[in-house]
Amino acid sequence: MTARNRELVGLIPASLLVTAGFAGVFIQRSNALSNISLTYGAIFLGLCLAGHMVIRATLPYADPYMFPLVALLSCFGIVMIYRIDSTYARQQAQWFVLGLILFAATIVGFRDYRKLERYRYTIAVVSLALLMLPRVPGIGDQVNGAYLAVHIPGVFEFQPTEFAKIGFVIFLASYLRDTRQVLVQGRRILGVTIPPLKYFGPVLVIWGLAMLILFALHDVGSSLMFYGALLAILYVATSRLSFVVVGVIAFGLGAWYIGAHVPHIYARVQEWLNPLNARLYHGEADGASSYQLANSLFAQAAGGMFGQGFGQATLTIPGTTSPLLPAPSTDMIYAVITDELGLFGASAVLIAYLMLIARGFKTAVLARDSFSTLLAVGLSSVLGLQVFVIVGGVTRVIPLTGVTLPFISYGGSSIIANLVLLALLLLVSDRARRPA
Amino acid sequence: MTAPIIRVFAVIVVLFALLIAWTSRWTVFDAQSLRDNPLNARTVIDEEKIDRGEILADDGTVLARSVPGPDHTFTREYPTGALFSQTVGYSFVKTGQAAGLELSDGQYLRGVNTGISAIIGQLGGGTQVGDNVYTTLDTKAQRQALQLLAGRQGSVVALNLRTGAVKVMVSLPSYDDNNPDGACSLPSCTQVNYATQARDVPGSTFKVVTTTAALDSGMFTPDSVVDGKSPLLVSGVPLENDGNQDWGPQTVTTALTYSINTIYAQLAQDVGRATMTEYMKRFGFYSKPAIDLPPQELAASQPWTPSTPSRPYPPGSPNEDIGRIGIGQGGLLVTPLQMAMVAAAVGDNGTLMVPHLTDHVVNPDGQTILTIKPMVYSHVMKPSTAQAIGLMMRKVVEEGTGQAANLGNISVAGKTGTASIGATGSNLTEPWFIGFAPAENPQYAIAVTINQTDNGYGGVVAAPIASAVLQTLLSGQHG
Repeated sequence: MTARNRELVGLIPASLLVTAGFAGVFIQRSNALSNISLTYGAIFLGLCLAGHMVIRATLPYADPYMFPLVALLSCFGIVMIYRIDSTYARQQAQWFVLGLILFAATIVGFRDYRKLERYRYTIAVVSLALLMLPRVPGIGDQVNGAYLAVHIPGVFEFQPTEFAKIGFVIFLASYLRDTRQVLVQGRRILGVTIPPLKYFGPVLVIWGLAMLILFALHDVGSSLMFYGALLAILYVATSRLSFVVVGVIAFGLGAWYIGAHVPHIYARVQEWLNPLNARLYHGEADGASSYQLANSLFAQAAGGMFGQGFGQATLTIPGTTSPLLPAPSTDMIYAVITDELGLFGASAVLIAYLMLIARGFKTAVLARDSFSTLLAVGLSSVLGLQVFVIVGGVTRVIPLTGVTLPFISYGGSSIIANLVLLALLLLVSDRARRPA
Repeated sequence: MTAPIIRVFAVIVVLFALLIAWTSRWTVFDAQSLRDNPLNARTVIDEEKIDRGEILADDGTVLARSVPGPDHTFTREYPTGALFSQTVGYSFVKTGQAAGLELSDGQYLRGVNTGISAIIGQLGGGTQVGDNVYTTLDTKAQRQALQLLAGRQGSVVALNLRTGAVKVMVSLPSYDDNNPDGACSLPSCTQVNYATQARDVPGSTFKVVTTTAALDSGMFTPDSVVDGKSPLLVSGVPLENDGNQDWGPQTVTTALTYSINTIYAQLAQDVGRATMTEYMKRFGFYSKPAIDLPPQELAASQPWTPSTPSRPYPPGSPNEDIGRIGIGQGGLLVTPLQMAMVAAAVGDNGTLMVPHLTDHVVNPDGQTILTIKPMVYSHVMKPSTAQAIGLMMRKVVEEGTGQAANLGNISVAGKTGTASIGATGSNLTEPWFIGFAPAENPQYAIAVTINQTDNGYGGVVAAPIASAVLQTLLSGQHG
C-alpha cells in the first residue's frame, strides 16, 4: 500500500470518532440525532479529506501517520468544543478551514523549505517582535496577569506565541546547523566545553529571551516551551550533554530568581504549591487565586478511571452562568476531557500526541541534511513541550500557564499555527523519504 | 545525530509519563480526598442532580417528591407540608440539611446505579433516579390525630402491633417540611420529634410494665391481694393515692382498673430491681428503638437521676426509687413511641415487634426491590401473661379510669396515666393513654400524650383521642 493510501485509511478512526462523538453529545442532550450534527461531522471529515488530497498532490512520500493523527486530535477537539459551546465549535471549524488554506499555502510556497535558512535573522526578529506585541499598550491584552494575546477589539485577537514558536525553531535549526561544528571546539574547563563566545552568543541571547518572556510577559509556560526547544536542538546539534546541564541550571536559577521577585509569578507558584488552601482558593491572598487549578483537580477527580461520559461534566454552577471550571474550552480542556473520559480517555489523547511526536522524531532521523534534522527535532520538541506545559499546568506538575492544547483547544491562532507546523514537518518528511 | 534524537524523544516520553502519572494521581489515588474536600462544590452539585425517589404513605399519597430545577438539578417538595413533619423530615442538598426518613432512607431515595444502568450511565450519562419509598404511615389517621391534639404540645403514636408498622406518628410542635426553619405550629418552635425524643413522665401507663413483671415472674396473679392503704412510705417518703384514697386490700386487677399507686409501688418493690429492669429491657427501655429514623432523632426511655445535671441511672442501679418507678415516677422519662411499644407487646401475646416506617422500596422500573419483613424485637412475656394483662386493661376501659376510650362495638384495652409534673402543689399534669384494639383480636396499639394540662386526667383528655384514632385505623383496614 502506498503511503498516501495508508494515510487515507488512517482517517477512518477520526471519522468514527467524530460520528460517535457527536452522537454521544446528542444522546446526552436527549435530542434526536439532528441533521445539523451530521452536517457538522460531514463538513469536518470533508476538510480532513481535502487536507489529505493536498498532501497526495504535493507530498507523495510524506509520513502517512502524521496527518491522520492530527485529524484525530482535531476531530476530538471539535467534538469537545461542540459539547462545551456549539458557537465556539462553528468558529473553530472556520478557523480550521483557514488553517488548512495556510497549510496548503505553506506546502506549495515552501516546497524547498531550505530556502527558509536565508531569512533566518528576519524570521528571528519578526518572532521577537511578535512576542513583544502583547506588551504594546492599546493592543496588548493581559489575561490572568500574563501578557499572552494581542487584541484589537472588533478586528481580531491572536496569540503571537503560537506563531513565534515556529519562527524560533526555524532560526535555531538554521543557526545551529552553521555553528554546531565550532560550538564544540571551545576550551575545556573542568570537563565542560566552553564554546567560543562569538558563536555561543546567539544561544545566550535565546536564554536571555526566555528570561525576558518570564520577566516581561509573566509567561512561565511559553518560556519553558521555547527554552526546552532550544536545549533539544542544541543537544542534537552538538551531542554535548554538558550544554544541556549548564542550560538547565541557568534556566533554573533564572526562573527561581524571577519566581521569587515578580509578584505575578510568585502568586502562580503559590497557587501551584497550595491549590487547596482555602484563602488561596477564595482569592483572599495577595493577587493569587487557586480557584481554577483547584477546580481542575476536582474535575479530574470527578472523572475517575473511566470518566462520567461525554457531556456529563459540570461546567457551570447550576442555575447560574458562573463557571465552575473557568476557560473549559481553552486552557482547561484537558480537565474537561479527564472529567468526561477519565484517566483512560485522557491517557489515550496523550498517547496520540506522543505518536505524532514520535513520527516527528522519526522524520528527524531519516532526514538527509542537518537543517532538516534540526528543524524536525525542534518542531516535534516544541509541540511536545507545549502539550507538557498546558497539561502539566492543568495536572499540577508545573505552575499553570495559559497555552493551548495543540489541535484540541478552541482558538484560531493555535489551530492555524499548529497546522503550519504540521505542514513544515510533512515537507521535511517528504524530502527525507523520497527515493534517491 | 541519531542517538541524541532518540535521547531527546526519551525525555519527552518521560515528561508524558509524568503527565499520565499526575492524571492518575487526581483521578484515582487522591480522587476520594478531592471529592471529600469541603472546597469542592461538585459534591453538592452532583447530589442536586440526583432525581430522588418519592416518599409515599400506605395509600399512595405522596409525602415527598423531587421537582426539576435549573440545569438538570432537583429540589424537594413536600405536598403534605406539616402533616408528617418530623417523621418524613426534609432533605435540602444546598444547605446540607436533612432529617427524618429523608435522611434515614437516603440510600434508597438516592438510588444506586448497578448492573446495566451503571454501564449505560458511564457511556451516555443520564440522571441518577432514586427509588420510591412506600411507608407504613396512614394519612387519614394521622390527620385525625393531629386535629384531635388541636395544637397542644404532645404526641400520638399508633402501631400495627402484629408487624411493628408505624401507622401514626404525630409530634407537636411541628413544622412545614418545605420550610423547616420557618414559622412553626407552636410558639416553642422545635424540630425535636416528640414521638421519639421526648423525655416525659409516663405516670400510671407504666403500671402495665410493672404488672407484666409481677405476673410473668410468677410472683403475683391478677387475683393476688395487696393492701392499698394511703399514704404509704416509699423510700422514706410518703406516697399517696389519687385524692389520698385508702383502698384497703385489693386484687391486682382492681389496682390496675382504678390505678392504685400504693399497691403498684409495693408490687415493684416486691418484684425487685433486677426483675423490673429485666422486663423494662425486654420492652425496649434503656436503648434507642431500632426504628428506621436517624439515631440522633431517637431517645432511650429510662430512669434519670434527680441530680443537676440529670443523667441516666445505670440499668438496675441500687439508687433508683424502684417503688416510684413502678408507678411511672421516680425520675422515669419515656418517649410516646416506647409507651406504644409497651401496649403493642401486650396486645401481640407478649411478642414485641421492631417498629418500622419503611414498608417497601420500588425502583424506577416499578420493581419492588425491598420489602421490610416484620422482625421480633423480644419475647417480653408468656402469651398467658399477655392475655391476663389484656383482660385487666379491658376492665380499665370498661369499668375504670379509661372509660372515655370505650368504643362500644369495638372493645379497647388500655391504661390511663396522669403524671404530676411541675412543682409540688401545682395542678400541672401530663395526661396519657396507652392501649390496643380490638381487645379480643388485637390489631393496633396506641400511645397518646399531651405535654402539659392544668389538672387534665389521662382518662378524660387522652383516652378519647386514642379511641377515635383506633377506630379510624380499624375502619380503614383492608381485608
